[in-house]
Amino acid sequence: MKKTYKVEVDCANCALKMEEAAGKVEGILAAGVNFMTQKLFVEFEEGADVDKVMKQVVKACRKVASDCEIYLD
Amino acid sequence: MQKSSVGLRNIFRLTGMRAIGRLSASLIAYKFDCMEKRGLNMTRKQKKVCIRIIMAAVLSVGFALLPTEGYISFCLFVIPYLVVGYDILKKALWGIFHGEIFDENFLMAVATVGAFCLGDYKEGVAVMLFYQIGELFQSVAVGKSRRNIAALMDIRPDYANVEGEDGAVEQVDPETVEVGGLILVRPGERIPIDGVVEEGSGVLNTAALTGESLPREVAPGDEVFSGCINQSGVLRIRTTKPFGESTVSKILELVESSGLRKSRTENFITRFARYYTPCVCVAALLLAVLPPLWGLCTGGDPLWGVWITRALTFLVISCPCALVISIPLSFFGGIGAASARGILVKGSNYLEALSKAKYVVFDKTGTLTEGVFRVVELCSAEGISEEELLETAVYAESYSNHPISRSLQEFYGKTPDYSRVSDVEEISGRGIRGYLDGQRICAGNLKLMEEEGISCKGMMPDKGTVVHVAAEGRYLGHILIADKVKKNAAETIATLKKSGIRRIVMLTGDSKRVAETVAGELGLDEVRAELLPADKVKAVEELLEGKLPKENLVFVGDGINDAPVLARADIGIAMGAMGSDAAIEAADIVLMDDNPAKIGLAIRISRKCLGIVYQNIVLALGIKGVCLILGAVGIANMWMAIFADVGVMVLAVLNAIRCLRVPRDK
Repeated sequence: MKKTYKVEVDCANCALKMEEAAGKVEGILAAGVNFMTQKLFVEFEEGADVDKVMKQVVKACRKVASDCEIYLD
Repeated sequence: MQKSSVGLRNIFRLTGMRAIGRLSASLIAYKFDCMEKRGLNMTRKQKKVCIRIIMAAVLSVGFALLPTEGYISFCLFVIPYLVVGYDILKKALWGIFHGEIFDENFLMAVATVGAFCLGDYKEGVAVMLFYQIGELFQSVAVGKSRRNIAALMDIRPDYANVEGEDGAVEQVDPETVEVGGLILVRPGERIPIDGVVEEGSGVLNTAALTGESLPREVAPGDEVFSGCINQSGVLRIRTTKPFGESTVSKILELVESSGLRKSRTENFITRFARYYTPCVCVAALLLAVLPPLWGLCTGGDPLWGVWITRALTFLVISCPCALVISIPLSFFGGIGAASARGILVKGSNYLEALSKAKYVVFDKTGTLTEGVFRVVELCSAEGISEEELLETAVYAESYSNHPISRSLQEFYGKTPDYSRVSDVEEISGRGIRGYLDGQRICAGNLKLMEEEGISCKGMMPDKGTVVHVAAEGRYLGHILIADKVKKNAAETIATLKKSGIRRIVMLTGDSKRVAETVAGELGLDEVRAELLPADKVKAVEELLEGKLPKENLVFVGDGINDAPVLARADIGIAMGAMGSDAAIEAADIVLMDDNPAKIGLAIRISRKCLGIVYQNIVLALGIKGVCLILGAVGIANMWMAIFADVGVMVLAVLNAIRCLRVPRDK
């Protein structure tokens, strides 16, 4: 399953870091952050709990880019 | 805005300077208003940083005028330093604890804390201040160009008008409209969902989808695509697709995810930044430690202060932001410029690959030609009128559904009276035989005429398909039916050749004679005719083997039956994506209108974009390299270091924005 979220990130480098961090979260097949459109694209593994996984994604992203924002809705 | 100026006022109230506080707060508010009027909208975060910079600047200028020294001076300057730079210090600490040690926050924190330790309080504050100004400028500039580019591509309809049974019109979210529902589109509104016009007629502006400014007229029964703007007349449209599958949603999805396929240059910069920062930190450390140690060993003065200052300058210069920000921005600008002209590029890797295109392979039908058969010429035998020739042919073919028959009927314009024809038989690969008003007629190719024992006289045209017509054993003449070459095809080929494309090849399933005529007309280098779809893949593979590794092969097809070839070529360009899902799926670049001239434009955009990317790499690395050396030997001071960091970044961002302008044909 694929989903798109709105994000707020200040620099292209932070977006890259977020992309890497999100991709490593369990339950995520692939993740990408488009800095220019300020969007996060995630592909979940089959049967993953989206809410739970996304909480982990936010946590992982905050770790590498402390002032990023991901809007989960 | 409101909130932050209130916050500022509170700070001033605390210090008892109410009047000054109010004045400066309103000044700042006024300044923001002016900026907003000029289109420089700042987010709340940016405004906060801006206020902190102004406060720190005012404080440090004030303190610099006071005749203080030593600890008092330190205590004074640490205030503006913390005001402007506390978040950098926080982020640097956060990074150290979370394993993200070598980032620009860390560089800045070390450089400025180092400056304070050495007693250069003013320099410490200044570096932090200018770093923040640079960051703010960059974030505003990038945000603005980001919004500009996004606006170019924003074709998302916000609402759909649904008419209730009582005639009341309601605005709803387009996602909630069901397939087969009726929507109302007023003049000036965007069509939100694909559908068919049920009532009303109007003129559509398709520029958002095709980049073409020529409006398109629609009437009941016509299919319309979402994303077009209705310019006149009220349209009632019966939807044929849900919003999520409509043209506009598909294009948006494609454009928004285009940043995810990264070019080699972008990946190079990411990898580069990963090794660069630690290397620079180590180099700075060595610069701070080795020369003084050498001084100690040789018995001279170690000069710790001098070398540590140089190492810190070195650190400030080294920040890789200019590269990291400007390269994705350049690519995004190029993709934005292309999509504003109806060229959808699926990722920056394809834009990069396109700039190295040396071979262009075209499919014929639908790409270089219009893909529609038309009657081009009526050539009647002596003593026969053209009408008689055409009428006989149309009646002979009136029961057939073959494209040739359809083109004849279309040209005839009238509905034939079917009762006049009888005993029609279709002879596969030959033509048609039958009776018209009791007369034995036949229409078909030369083989059919030979079988019927009819001799054909006159000129044989060398292009297109020829239909010979005979009645009662008498030759009436022939009709030439051909696929018309697109009007800008020849011009496209000429531009491509001029822009350095080495070889232009055409592949077609059509007959050799037709293919060679088209090729001669357009000036193509090579033609391969009578190919089945599988042969096309083989032909492209042969060409791929024959080229040098740094040259790319572009295949241009109409996207419906060319999917395997589109996938096999280095870059697949599909024509006419309006409504065609297969094209969007298989191709790397999609031309929204069927205009082949856009290929030349796409190549020009990609070359300009890549040129700017390389300029930025050379500019940034070059200036940094020179400044690093100057810093290491002690010629460059902190001020020059700030220019090398912030100035270069600003220049690179401004240069990147140039990608938005589309280059003209030379």
